[in-house]
Amino acid sequence: MTDINAFIDNEVKSNDVVLFMKGTPQFPMCGFSGQIVQILDYVGAPYKAHNVLENADLRQGIKDYANWPTIPQLYIKGEFIGGCDIVREMFQSGELAQTLADNGVAVKKAG
Amino acid sequence: MAMAAADIERMIKEALPDAKVEIRDLAGDGDHYAATVISSAFKGMSKVKQHQLVYAALKGNMGGVLHALALTTSAE
Repeated sequence: MTDINAFIDNEVKSNDVVLFMKGTPQFPMCGFSGQIVQILDYVGAPYKAHNVLENADLRQGIKDYANWPTIPQLYIKGEFIGGCDIVREMFQSGELAQTLADNGVAVKKAG
Repeated sequence: MAMAAADIERMIKEALPDAKVEIRDLAGDGDHYAATVISSAFKGMSKVKQHQLVYAALKGNMGGVLHALALTTSAE
């Protein structure tokens, strides 16, 4: 396992919800990343965000890690949930909130 | 670099011969597409696996020459 792989593995397993994105939650640099930020904020899930634009190794490493060619990528309890399309579908169907609840992730009620 | 919608459809159908593929050019720039792919090959697969199958069909073009392909997959 390469260093970046080990880093990613540790990140997604030691944090409940991890988002690998372009830009930051405050300043998303890509519309797809921004959509997941909005969804997570809406459901009130706390998450740790990594900006892949700041780290070329991470940008490539995360694609290899999940065998997934694009960013953003969302992980819950170490499991790759999906990119923007899947997360949006899961949000609309209520499955995302259910997955968070099933994994014991406390969400803040949207005010 | 961009990809023509017809090329995307052809590559998906090469890998998933029974697939029904519908592609829309979202921005008119040949770089941002939305695709709906329906194939019996997806039966019993998670969404992640279904999308990975489509990405595999696109042989590395996804995330490269093809910047954005919003995917909707379904088994029927």
